[in-house]
Amino acid sequence: MIESYVQEAQWTIKELFVYPNEFIYWSIQIVMYPLMTGLVAGAFVLSSLYHVFGQKDLKDMAKFSLVFSFALLLVAPVPLLFHLQHPLRGMQVFFTPHFTSAISAFGIVFFAYSIIVVTEIWFVYRKYFVERTLDLKGKEGLGNTVTRLLYNVLTLGAYDIGEEAQQKDEKAIKILAGFGIPVACFLHGYAGFIFGSVKANALWMTPLMPVIFIMSAIVSGIALCMLTYIAIMEWKKFRIKTSRKPWEVTAEEVAGVEIELMSKSSKYLIGFMIAAITLEILDLIFRGYMAVKSWDILRSVIYGKDFVDIFILQYTFGNLLPFTLLLLPRLTVRRLAVALSLVLFGVFMMRWNVVIGGQAFSLSFAGYMHYKMPFIPYNLETFKEGFFGAFTVGIMPFILFWGINRLIPSLRYK
Amino acid sequence: MKLTRRDFLMTALRGTIATALPIGAFKFLKPSEARAAIEGTNVRWGFLVNTYKCIGCGFCVKACKLENEVPYNVQVTRTWVERYVILKDGRFLADTPMGGRDGFTDSKVQEEEVKNEEIAKGFFVPKLCNQCENPPCVQVCPVGATYQTADGVVLVDRSWCIGCGYCIMACPYGARFFHPVYKTAEKCTFCYHRITKGMKTACVDACPTGARQIGNLKDPNYPVTKVILNQRVAVLKDEYGTKPQAYYIGLDKNVR
Repeated sequence: MIESYVQEAQWTIKELFVYPNEFIYWSIQIVMYPLMTGLVAGAFVLSSLYHVFGQKDLKDMAKFSLVFSFALLLVAPVPLLFHLQHPLRGMQVFFTPHFTSAISAFGIVFFAYSIIVVTEIWFVYRKYFVERTLDLKGKEGLGNTVTRLLYNVLTLGAYDIGEEAQQKDEKAIKILAGFGIPVACFLHGYAGFIFGSVKANALWMTPLMPVIFIMSAIVSGIALCMLTYIAIMEWKKFRIKTSRKPWEVTAEEVAGVEIELMSKSSKYLIGFMIAAITLEILDLIFRGYMAVKSWDILRSVIYGKDFVDIFILQYTFGNLLPFTLLLLPRLTVRRLAVALSLVLFGVFMMRWNVVIGGQAFSLSFAGYMHYKMPFIPYNLETFKEGFFGAFTVGIMPFILFWGINRLIPSLRYK
Repeated sequence: MKLTRRDFLMTALRGTIATALPIGAFKFLKPSEARAAIEGTNVRWGFLVNTYKCIGCGFCVKACKLENEVPYNVQVTRTWVERYVILKDGRFLADTPMGGRDGFTDSKVQEEEVKNEEIAKGFFVPKLCNQCENPPCVQVCPVGATYQTADGVVLVDRSWCIGCGYCIMACPYGARFFHPVYKTAEKCTFCYHRITKGMKTACVDACPTGARQIGNLKDPNYPVTKVILNQRVAVLKDEYGTKPQAYYIGLDKNVR
């Protein structure tokens, strides 16, 4: 017999009566997965607020969050691939989708959504592609030729940037953005459905799960876009200040983040935060009031074992504190940045408490499991399902955004 | 011929309805239904466990691991035996060390030393896949790698399973796990390779007391079917609506 071990045993600690086959099968990567799709959906919704609902003051954010949403989109399936025991077979979800499974919807929704985002980006940047192609015409050097060729291909042969053509672009963008909102919500709502529809899991099984996921997704997406925007603009300002003589710098260049734009965005953030929190509390109250068979063990997990994770880290530090920081008068960029970081942390903890918390108790309702996240990896599994695996997924969108942003600049530097 | 937009739309609508109506008259069958309709299967495998007879020796677990090549020295197992000890003060303790593979020789339950005089009742409950009539594991598989056969057994295609673990999460009985070697979802198959050749499952053959029995629930002459029809039997966790097909004699309210 081949010497072997149960890989999940490396991070699962069992307590009291747990069935022999029970382990923490879904670990940190499945926390990262809804976090990433949530960020995608949220970023897209933020950009659509401008395109569809004509929130003019969000114009600067709109372009940026659309491109950022694309970078996040590319990373969204990565946690799943990290998690699969047979990542090379991942494509089978597209080949033989089994439609009674929530995961099988991934292929269709993900591709539909990708097409919408890419098409919308193309319409937004069509004028830019044409301008770049014309600019680089006749310039010498291999770099210029290659860049020109690339932009030329990206125009897809549509060189008309007259007034009428641009109006058509605008219309197309509006339609795509409007169509994209429900698809983005569906992309994430179904991630909630993946959990909410598991009837074997007492913590996950609630029809509110998809809605809670959508709300917290929009919260996280808006927060991450705002935070990244602040970081990039402040870095830009810092670079200008340090690289040039003081008298060469104009006031406009060092203006950095516009607080009006930020406080407007944060209003949407607060709105969605209230919706998310209301639903979560409703769910909690309902469970306690119904007190079905599973409530005894759920209560011991929610109010006992996971109390710090849920009530201190998620609700206090992730919700209450940033909420207060955002609502206090005279908002500054620094305070905003702190609040946004806390919001993101809160959403991460929410995902954690759902995914890991849902496996914290045994199906026997008479035992517990504790997830000990592998930190220093000593084999492939402890890397993939550990801190560094999650970290890799976490920084990927920023690296991708950096690359994409070089091709299609999404931030207006003044 | 000039075709206006209105005409085009009207014609298209009529065409769609004309095609849709006959299609609607067809009934789409599940693969298992189609097979049953053609072949008219008269087999539905079911299991009967008599907990009064189980002595917790663990021979079934041993036999299963060897027969089905589940690594012997790991916790995961296709079938297992649970020990329940209900104390006189009403508390209940339960354990299943290594799935009960080596029997229960330790008087410690859940790391608690239990004296004989404290025990109100104690018994063993063998568990395995319930081969549910309405299996949630099959429902959630994103690629269709796990499926229900016409005779009611749920199997996994090791060459197609992507290893997402959704089926493991969906099973309320904890019957599924990842095979430590193949890295695909693994579960009890009622020894499908044996029962379809007229043999009994490895665990049934290994059981020294006859606590485990397997049979065709569609054949009323099978001993198992007779017992299920004529005696009072129960199933595990029927509140999940999975319609489990492993029946138990002598279940207790403490059994999880």
